[in-house]
Amino acid sequence: MTNLIKAAAVAAPAVLAASAPAAAQSLDETINQGFASATGWFVSFIFSPFPGTTFPWIVMWLVIAATVFTLYFAFIQFRAFPHAISLVKGDYSDPNDAGEVSHFQALATALSGTVGLGNIAGVAVAIGIGGPGATFWMILAGLMGMASKFTECTLGVKYRNEYDDGTVSGGPMYYMTKGFQERGIPAGGILAVMFSIFCILGALGGGNMFQANQAHAQIANVVGDYPGWITGLIFAAIVFLVIVGGLKSIAKVTEKVVPFMGVLYVLTALVILIMNADMIMWAFGQIFEGAFTGLGVAGGMVGALIQGFKRAAFSNEAGVGSAAIAHSAVRTKEPITEGFVSLLEPFIDTVVICTMTALVIIITGQLVADPNTGLYLLDEGASTIQTVDGNKGVALTSAAFSSAIPFFKYILAVAVILFAFSTMISWSYYGLKAWTFLFGEGQTKELIFKVIFCIFVVIGASANLGPVIDFSDAAIFAMAVVNIVALYLLMPVVKGELDSYLSRLKSGEIKKHS
Amino acid sequence: MSQKIVVGYDGSDSAKAALAFAVDQAKTQGSSIVVAHILEWSPYSFLTPTELEERHKRRGEELDRAEVAILAPAVDGLKDSGLAIDTALKYGNIATTLGDIAKESGADQIVIGRNGEPGLSSRVFGSVAISLAQSAPVPVTIVP
Repeated sequence: MTNLIKAAAVAAPAVLAASAPAAAQSLDETINQGFASATGWFVSFIFSPFPGTTFPWIVMWLVIAATVFTLYFAFIQFRAFPHAISLVKGDYSDPNDAGEVSHFQALATALSGTVGLGNIAGVAVAIGIGGPGATFWMILAGLMGMASKFTECTLGVKYRNEYDDGTVSGGPMYYMTKGFQERGIPAGGILAVMFSIFCILGALGGGNMFQANQAHAQIANVVGDYPGWITGLIFAAIVFLVIVGGLKSIAKVTEKVVPFMGVLYVLTALVILIMNADMIMWAFGQIFEGAFTGLGVAGGMVGALIQGFKRAAFSNEAGVGSAAIAHSAVRTKEPITEGFVSLLEPFIDTVVICTMTALVIIITGQLVADPNTGLYLLDEGASTIQTVDGNKGVALTSAAFSSAIPFFKYILAVAVILFAFSTMISWSYYGLKAWTFLFGEGQTKELIFKVIFCIFVVIGASANLGPVIDFSDAAIFAMAVVNIVALYLLMPVVKGELDSYLSRLKSGEIKKHS
Repeated sequence: MSQKIVVGYDGSDSAKAALAFAVDQAKTQGSSIVVAHILEWSPYSFLTPTELEERHKRRGEELDRAEVAILAPAVDGLKDSGLAIDTALKYGNIATTLGDIAKESGADQIVIGRNGEPGLSSRVFGSVAISLAQSAPVPVTIVP
């Protein structure tokens, strides 16, 4: 089945592209302009800087939250790390619960929603603008984000809805309503509605259009340029078959192939790093130096920092609330255990995988620096760093990997398409949960959302990278605005759960089964 | 002499043969029988978000189906045997879980049927019989 998708996605556009390029390009442009003008105000608001600075308030918002959770839970991401691994291995799982969703499965599914283009294309965008130094801030944001993820996923499980038929619905909108009510905090309902609206926008943006856009860029990179709406239609048709037609086989195959692609990606990056082992220390030197000086990038140190933080947040989604939806399906007596497991997610996603991408791009010398000053040279617009072949986004990553292993660009193309697809499936689910929270469950209501979702696949594939990536970031960060307010108000609940759990773990009341 | 025999049972012909063998033996030795059915399950498989959401519901349905379609008919068939019959229904790796059931119930023997020809798949992935022979905590009888 996967081969079928691959063949269809690669072969069909190549045939069509030859026939009608002129008319299609203008259609792409119309969609692009319309899209940019329709979403511009929203993007400007979310990314507006503090007065008199270039620092977007939203980035500060996320970083402060991650810092607060890190301190409030006394560096839980490091303290609980070994225990989280034990939980994922199943050491604490009751054998009588076999057949229920395991911690490993919840983590794997949540990861397949976050590991994807953020790790491949997003990192390239960040490095292309913020230079190697962005990597430092990205790793730092990833480590801190582990505490945010821990907080939201614990709450997601604690306040989920369990229905009589055995299915569950969870996520920020449920802890906002039920959690606030329990603690006598007003306005939970309003927050939940706001979150749901932003979640739907985020699902259509970062969870959909960005994916379609970069998947198209990747295919075009391999087979040659052709209009984006063609990729869009093909992707939309496949997504439609899966989420509306209930064609589980495609989703199943993807979900099984994606983790292997992830492992393959990391292994390949490792091979390239080993091939260039003598340059690793130099690369880390660039990363540290760039982190504090910018090495000539637009905005200097702050420019590198903003890019790093932005990409980390977009890639691992810590504080955004999406993972709370994915993790809430686990059957556990202790909601906190799911929090522990989820804190591995930003680690794997950002600290491991994103860093691999960054190192490969830096080490393979894709960024053009002035040999005399060591500073990076900027493009004409003075916003992005010059690259060897003028590549941006996913094409930059592809060029970096191919320069060491020539055929890798084909593997990467397949990986990107599958990652994009699995992320779309995950986000269609998150969006749908928000949609049904707002409008209630029901076949027609759900169908309306799913059709809208498919239409946005086409728009995403047709629009230019700039407007799409801006809107995607804006919508996902808007979710974080609301979610983090709720996390602040509910973090004492998590603290209570944590203290109780840790004391029972210490006393031996909670013990390993195997 | 009170012995207990765990029979791995999935309703197939070879499983029926194994059960019949165990019943004969139980009658001569005065043993009791545990009819065990294992639903193959790995906690490390990958599921989609929708599958995660429905897992608990599906698990309930799968257990009910196994109880009604596999275990109940087997127990019914042994009503007149005069033996003490117990059942066990679990998720997990078939060989390991049968071993666990034997240990927990204090059984002193496991009886299973053999599934057909030693084909390619069992060469690659191993068979239940071979895994059980390697890992079982009590003697194992494989009925052809």
